[in-house]
Amino acid sequence: MSAQHTSLLRVRGLSAFYGPFQALFDVSLDVADGETVAVIGANGAGKSTFLRALAGALPVPPGAVELAGRPVGGRPAPALVELGVVLVPEGRRIFPSLTVRENLLVGAYRRRPGPWTVERVCELFPILGQRRDQPGTNLSGGEQQMLAVGRGLMANPRLLLVDEISLGLAPLVVKTLYRGLEAVKAEGTTLLVVEQDVTQVLAVAQRVYCFRKGAVALEGKPARLTREQISAAYFGT
Amino acid sequence: MAWVDTILQGILLGGLYALFATGLSLIFGVMRLVNLAHGDFSILAAFIAVVAVETLDLNPLLALIVVAPVMAGAGYALQRLVLNRLLGRGVLPAVLVTFGLSIVIQNALLEIFSADSHRLNPGGIETASLPLGGGLAVGWFPLLTFAVAVLLLVTLQLVIRRSAIGRAFRAASDDGPTAALMGIDTGRLYAVAMALSLAIVAVAGIFLGIRTTFAFSSGPDRLLFAFEAVIIGGLGSLWGTLVGGVILGIAQTTGARISPGWGVLSGHLVFLAVLLLRPSGLFATSRRIH
Repeated sequence: MSAQHTSLLRVRGLSAFYGPFQALFDVSLDVADGETVAVIGANGAGKSTFLRALAGALPVPPGAVELAGRPVGGRPAPALVELGVVLVPEGRRIFPSLTVRENLLVGAYRRRPGPWTVERVCELFPILGQRRDQPGTNLSGGEQQMLAVGRGLMANPRLLLVDEISLGLAPLVVKTLYRGLEAVKAEGTTLLVVEQDVTQVLAVAQRVYCFRKGAVALEGKPARLTREQISAAYFGT
Repeated sequence: MAWVDTILQGILLGGLYALFATGLSLIFGVMRLVNLAHGDFSILAAFIAVVAVETLDLNPLLALIVVAPVMAGAGYALQRLVLNRLLGRGVLPAVLVTFGLSIVIQNALLEIFSADSHRLNPGGIETASLPLGGGLAVGWFPLLTFAVAVLLLVTLQLVIRRSAIGRAFRAASDDGPTAALMGIDTGRLYAVAMALSLAIVAVAGIFLGIRTTFAFSSGPDRLLFAFEAVIIGGLGSLWGTLVGGVILGIAQTTGARISPGWGVLSGHLVFLAVLLLRPSGLFATSRRIH
């Protein structure tokens, strides 16, 4: 290995398709161990497709995705969870037949060792502890999003992929969620966060990629990018 | 007193029907798969028991120790190699394939065992009865059948409610793709569900074979009763399945008491009445297992 800090996730020339439609064009991206990286972009820019491809929900060529130097592209989702790649899916996808606690336990199905337990997750988001025996879908939208993040953490991920965590939520709830992500980051977990809401995510991310029409339009450190650069990449003006 | 006897026999018969229905209900609940070969699998299990009894000189009840794992293994392989390929394409492909499987099983059984009726002989218990006083008596064997049915249902319910694999069953039943994102290998999980289903139907098949005669073509009737028990009780509810089986059993014994030819018919009539008045069944709370 070279002197540059170790890359946990390395994506090279990733293209992905939904049936006959190409959704991603030659995407390359790196996430270092312990880093928090944001992917921003307008609706339909391919951000969610990108995360789903990384999580094993879409077919991709093996060499296009490397995790800690191993090619893992195209492995099925359960195998990737076993390796520590865990997706918090868009739209939360809470299991309605399961209680809050059971939803969390399903996240720990693979029994990967690590710091996260039901108790730790409930410390992070206390409302989950208070509602532990209620059906997961009885929670409000924001609480369900906390549950979705908590369920992902229960897998003790090396790389947590978070998709549109703030979608449709009130600013105060979004703040709570991002405080949660800060705590996750402090635990040493590597984060790849997809967002439409740029302001929140740029505050936590060390680096940002802006997607447009399925390809990377801009990459850099948030502090070094101007608002004009971001909006040009975002809207393609 | 005769009526009490009729109802009592009906309740105990319902235990057997619940055994048939449980496996059907489980796999429908977990993966929305309708297994039209379910009845034929029970008869297949009974014939495997016939072979086990003859070659190993076993009591048919002990033959379960051999037959249940064999059926479970067959279920696992069937799901992995065939049925998993059909999931996610609607109900119809699985219906067609299991219908074909039903015909294959019946013809294979006809080829190997001829069209003769067979029976499993456990050596006395099938005729022994327990006097309850007042001229009432219940057979030890129907009592055993009912007890085994309740025990299996309670165990299955505990597994589904309390264990990690039970949570996985419920999660996959809610949303298979998301369950996979949580690390659940759904293909393997469905195979485990089918293995469980066929192990339970093996128990049902052997109890049936001790209770009455069976032949290669006995499967579809069993499937029909199993469906009726599931629908009466309400899809997805295991307790509902037991109650559904018991209602069907009582309807049949009561009908048969009025006139010997009316047993099966009155069972169908009660089923149709439930379908008309409460199409989702008596205990259904949702389409999911719980």
